[in-house]
Amino acid sequence: MMRTQVRLQVNGVEHELWIRNDRTLLNALHDDVGLPDVRYGCNEGVCGTCTVLVDGAPTSACLMYAVQAEGHEITTLHGMADPTQEMHPLQKRFLEHGGAQCGFCTPGMLLTAKALAERKPDANREEIRYELVGNLCRCTGYTAIVDAIEAWMKDDHAEDESPGATGAASSAGADAVEAGA
Amino acid sequence: MPNDQVGLDPAERVEPTSFEYQRADSWDEAVELLRIWDGEAKVIAGGQSLVPMFNLRLTTTAALVDINDIGDEGGPRVEAGDEGPVVVIPALTRHSTVLASSIIAEHCPMLQHAVGLVGNVRVRNRGTFGGSVAHADPTGEIPCCLLSMGGSVTLRGPRGTRAVAAGDWFRTYLTTAAEPDELVTEVRIPSVAGLSWAFEEEVRRFSDFATVAVAVQTRQGGLPAIVLGGVADRPLLLSDDLVDPLRNPQTDILAAVAEAAAGSVTPESDVHATGEHRRRLVRVLVRRALEQALHPDSSRGDLR
Repeated sequence: MMRTQVRLQVNGVEHELWIRNDRTLLNALHDDVGLPDVRYGCNEGVCGTCTVLVDGAPTSACLMYAVQAEGHEITTLHGMADPTQEMHPLQKRFLEHGGAQCGFCTPGMLLTAKALAERKPDANREEIRYELVGNLCRCTGYTAIVDAIEAWMKDDHAEDESPGATGAASSAGADAVEAGA
Repeated sequence: MPNDQVGLDPAERVEPTSFEYQRADSWDEAVELLRIWDGEAKVIAGGQSLVPMFNLRLTTTAALVDINDIGDEGGPRVEAGDEGPVVVIPALTRHSTVLASSIIAEHCPMLQHAVGLVGNVRVRNRGTFGGSVAHADPTGEIPCCLLSMGGSVTLRGPRGTRAVAAGDWFRTYLTTAAEPDELVTEVRIPSVAGLSWAFEEEVRRFSDFATVAVAVQTRQGGLPAIVLGGVADRPLLLSDDLVDPLRNPQTDILAAVAEAAAGSVTPESDVHATGEHRRRLVRVLVRRALEQALHPDSSRGDLR
């Protein structure tokens, strides 16, 4: 059989698909489940725009077949923040810092950062940059993105810090070019 | 296949042709499926190299045998060997597990460092150690490390289980000593705990494939192993006569060995770098790696 009946757990909802075996998880989520927040970028695992969490771990949806995802919990940006509800605190930080311009890379950035925060809540700026190396952004120059994530990680653990007082932008400079390069 | 592509010659279709998909949850089952498909099936583990090849239409297959359900048996472990502890890495151990493993950090520190340079976080979350060893990319960090640390690759096939020494494993581009009906089940690496090492690579962008990579692993009571990646169809272990001058590891000797290493290779040119540039990188990186591995306390001032 070139097609398989697959049950996918996506953002806590079960979807049943009759799908060609060579359809990637990206194809299935974007076209069949109808989640536009999972985006086609390079189709070879380099750009990070199709990042989803598979059992909590950032994964390129373009490098996994949909049939392989059965039995695993898939989280896309809609599972991290319901667009009809209030924004996720990290999304607010992205807005404050100008971490999104065209927005195409943003879901991948947010999910990657969320997974890092869960695995390493005290990650420093260098560690954030290392984690984001596989998420390409062609607008922001990365500095604002790293600023936003750094600010969010800091005040998630230091509630007393006032939202505007991040000061992170000052430390970036030329370094940030490397972070994305 | 989309309706507008039905009937097109396969080479003209935008999307690759589909394939049968089967999951194996034991090595026995995987071996049996490969036997049944008789060379027509491909094995998928992490898929971080294989799926791009499908997506780019560089290859196709009649069937995909998915071995992910076999699992990583708990990740890297240490076993007692005839000549000291041996680290066993089950084939389906994810790179992220290798990176986080305290066993790897203690017994194969170069490997831990090098795995941190593999791809990006998504590649490391999904890609497997056995997959990288089986894929045998001549620029890959893991093949380079494996050859410098020695050890063996365990294969399982319809004729049983066998081990291939790391030195005999890599044959040419993406080709190993494994027969088409065999699978890599684990990799065994002798512990090099406490011994110095260095891993140097030149990449166009962090997380990209290495243009040239150099691994140096010192050994107890022997000469260091020096391996070059990205300069040939497979990682190259420098021969004993090239390494022999290091019995007297003075700085000028290191430079001479680096020069000789560069002279021993004839890298090809490609879109990323000319052969001459790669050869220069060999000279620079070997010297730098030797300085680090053999004189870890010295200054790294004038190494370019």
